[in-house]
Amino acid sequence: MKRKMLVVAIVVVIAALVALGYRLVHGVTFDVLQPTGVIGLKERNLLLFTLGLSLIVVVPVFTMLAVFAWKYHESNTEATYKPNWTKNTTLETIWWGIPIVIIAILSLVTFITSHTLDPYKPIASNNRTIEVQVVALQWKWLFIYPDYGIATVNELPIAVNTPIHFSLTGDAPMNGFWIPSLGTQIYAMNGMQSELNLMANKVGVYKGHATNINGKGYADMNFTVKALSSGDFDTWQKSAHDSPDQLTKATYDKLAEPNTMGVRTLLLADRTLYDTIMMKYMTKQTTKNNTTKSTMDHHSMDAM
Amino acid sequence: MELFANLLGRMSLEYFPKEPATIGAAIGMPLAVFGVVGLLTYFKKWRWLWDNYLTSLDAKKIGVMYIAVGLIMLIRGLADTLMLRLQTAVAVGDQAGPFSTDTFQQVFTAHGTIMIFFVAMGLMFGLINVALPLMLGTRDVAFPLLNSISFWLFAAGMILINFSLIYGGFSNGGWLGYPPLTELQYNPGPGVDYWIWSLQIAGVGSLLSGINFFVTIIKNRAPGMTFMKMPIFAWSVLVTTVLIMLAFPILTATLAMLSLDRTLGMHFFTSLAGGNPMMYINLIWAWGHPEVYILVLPAFGIFSEIVATFSRKALFGYKSMVIALCAIMVLSFIVWQHHFFTMGAGANVNAFFGIMTMIIAIPTGVKIFNWLFTMYRGKILFASPMWWFMTFVVTFTLGGVTGVLMAVPAIDYQVHNTLFLVAHFHNVIIGGVVFGYLAGVAYWFPKMFGFTLIERLGKLSAALWQLGFILAFMPLYALGLMGAVRRLDHYTDPAWTPFFIVSGIGVVIICGGVFVLVLQIALSIWKRKSLKAGGDPWNGRTLEWSVPSPAPSYNFAVIPHVSERDEWWHRKQHKLAHAIDHYQDIMLPKNSSIGLIIGGLAGIAGFGIIWHIWWLSAIAVVAIISTVIIRSNVEETEFTITAAELKNAEAKL
Repeated sequence: MKRKMLVVAIVVVIAALVALGYRLVHGVTFDVLQPTGVIGLKERNLLLFTLGLSLIVVVPVFTMLAVFAWKYHESNTEATYKPNWTKNTTLETIWWGIPIVIIAILSLVTFITSHTLDPYKPIASNNRTIEVQVVALQWKWLFIYPDYGIATVNELPIAVNTPIHFSLTGDAPMNGFWIPSLGTQIYAMNGMQSELNLMANKVGVYKGHATNINGKGYADMNFTVKALSSGDFDTWQKSAHDSPDQLTKATYDKLAEPNTMGVRTLLLADRTLYDTIMMKYMTKQTTKNNTTKSTMDHHSMDAM
Repeated sequence: MELFANLLGRMSLEYFPKEPATIGAAIGMPLAVFGVVGLLTYFKKWRWLWDNYLTSLDAKKIGVMYIAVGLIMLIRGLADTLMLRLQTAVAVGDQAGPFSTDTFQQVFTAHGTIMIFFVAMGLMFGLINVALPLMLGTRDVAFPLLNSISFWLFAAGMILINFSLIYGGFSNGGWLGYPPLTELQYNPGPGVDYWIWSLQIAGVGSLLSGINFFVTIIKNRAPGMTFMKMPIFAWSVLVTTVLIMLAFPILTATLAMLSLDRTLGMHFFTSLAGGNPMMYINLIWAWGHPEVYILVLPAFGIFSEIVATFSRKALFGYKSMVIALCAIMVLSFIVWQHHFFTMGAGANVNAFFGIMTMIIAIPTGVKIFNWLFTMYRGKILFASPMWWFMTFVVTFTLGGVTGVLMAVPAIDYQVHNTLFLVAHFHNVIIGGVVFGYLAGVAYWFPKMFGFTLIERLGKLSAALWQLGFILAFMPLYALGLMGAVRRLDHYTDPAWTPFFIVSGIGVVIICGGVFVLVLQIALSIWKRKSLKAGGDPWNGRTLEWSVPSPAPSYNFAVIPHVSERDEWWHRKQHKLAHAIDHYQDIMLPKNSSIGLIIGGLAGIAGFGIIWHIWWLSAIAVVAIISTVIIRSNVEETEFTITAAELKNAEAKL
């Protein structure tokens, strides 16, 4: 009964693994699965829906694997043995058919959600959208609030229930901008602009990450998102104006040097700074309609 | 001539390793090499090695060399993994890990590059070389010398990448080296050049192999073997070679452009002066996505053979399998953009590539059902290859699920470039590719050497790999969902540490699996007399089992005529003894050191470019061209085994 022993051993190991898994995840926060932003929430639901749909195929596969392995083991002399049975149109139609139906459903969902969750799509709200210009540097994040005339480094205060529109560019190796609790990451690249719309619906402090390796300080390139009530946000942005540090082209160049740093708040002295940073990478020929270039690409691809 | 002013290019003492870990590797590796050289000298095995392997044009021997390199590199790649997990188990908060950031980044770059290019590709070409000609009922591949050149180019790439450990350091730009990080502006040192040139040289070898096997399948099948009577493994290789021929030139061109940026100051992919890194990312994945199918399709083929053999039943749904392979071949070229859904393309573009990606799940799912129904109403012998098959279905299916999740762009936005992604591709590559090729090694080992591997240890290895895999990668899925991005050499959240530690334990168990594998091979060689295998140890179905083990250099004394899909099974069932009435003279290619010479020169040329020693590269390139010209003038490249000699040889078997 070696076979039975083996099955018992497998069951015991699986049980032990499940117990270990439970012990590990107990009390742990999964930012992606417990989002606090509207986009993240929709993405979480989409993930669970797709997972459920996949199980329609996975459960039968695992069941059949176990049952067939047990039943048609050579020691089972009572099982039917049909060495030349290699074709059955009905069966094959079923397993071409079921995945096709599942994938058809999922394709439709994919098409719809690619549009509804398009990072470029503005979020509808009664509150006025906050504009944030993001610059990925070696190895820090610069956030410019053009409407408030301030800028921060490695800290991103936002107001809850208020759409945030990010314009992102880089002045360093390509990077990715991600706030797991709020949803959707997007690349930030030199000489071009990508866009992202997010909205937090819970006051709190969230983690932000760089997601694309960009050199030595990559692991330190984290930032903190402070989702404040609109009152608190207002207080913060007013007090930020007391900062003695100015952000000009000259201080920016110092800031952009490759190093890591803590949180800073700056007064935005040069309102065209973000455009200047992006333009740095444009050659003369391409400067004509540069700022909207990436945005235009985005929409011309949309029209495909 | 300013170029020749400095004979040593940019070589200088500062490029020797400085950290304890890298110094250790830089001393340990040459010692290991010297050890092997010493043993070979002591036992006077050089002549044997030279004649039987290094200069052999016999596909089976070349295959064995590929597999040996693949397994050795597997150990190197695993050592890298151990370093990575050791670091992440420790480096939380203010706690420093054992390795510097730079070392850590070089190690994960080396790990990915080595595992894909020198382990997976090596094992794949090895098994194709060993099994394909035999399965097709032919004596050799279409171009035996080219086959040897391919191997030595592959070996030259492998040596270059490992040499970077001793002198110069490796790239820190990740296994696909995205610019602008890998451009001069951010990475002026030799590391990225080592990466480029080891891949470039090995990549040319892969392209040549692809052409070689493609032509072999088209031209060299045994009489009567129509395409629909080919073993399914041969079909999987056919599809893979088409992918290789279409995809590898993209890799070569892309790396060449990156190299031009780096060595001649051009601006294909730089941020400045009109270069466009996004172009590189598109191009590298236009190769990179087909590449993962290049790796996995032959593994699918191997499993198709294994599951039919050990179920003692013909493969279920052969035609479906062929259609599925061809569908995957086409689809694999129109999904590349799913590797960068987060680059800001429009919703329709993302949706298109997402949908194309999930469509691949259909033929793949069909293949899994067909394998299951090959087992259904079979008489299954659970030999070690079948154990690998079971671990494959479990692991690969799970990887498929997370793959479908990531194919939905709006889900990918939340898991891209996280450890969830890392877990996903290990899930499919270990589950599909590694388990597939280890199964293939166990399955065809007796055909290579004439004795089987110790079964019990093979099963233990499969069990350890499976358990280790779950422990190593399930925590990574969880970490990804907790917001852990990939490639971090240290992190701040202490909640991540237990997951990293469990993952590290999983890696240790996988190392146990590899140790058992090595032990299995060593013990089996030791006890080879008692493990002696006949021509057909597994009660096989295809032609390779119709010849003795190890297969003679000429494969078949008389080329078989094929009438059935499972020709050998059919003959056994109908007691069709293949009575040989008369033998004919056989022409076989003579041994040649041309492959070794060209590989060596290519390695030297690459080394010269990496270190800007232009004269060295120029000489090596001229020498390669001269070698080819000289070889073209050699008239007698073959030798004859006469009918009488053949009859004698066969009588002895």
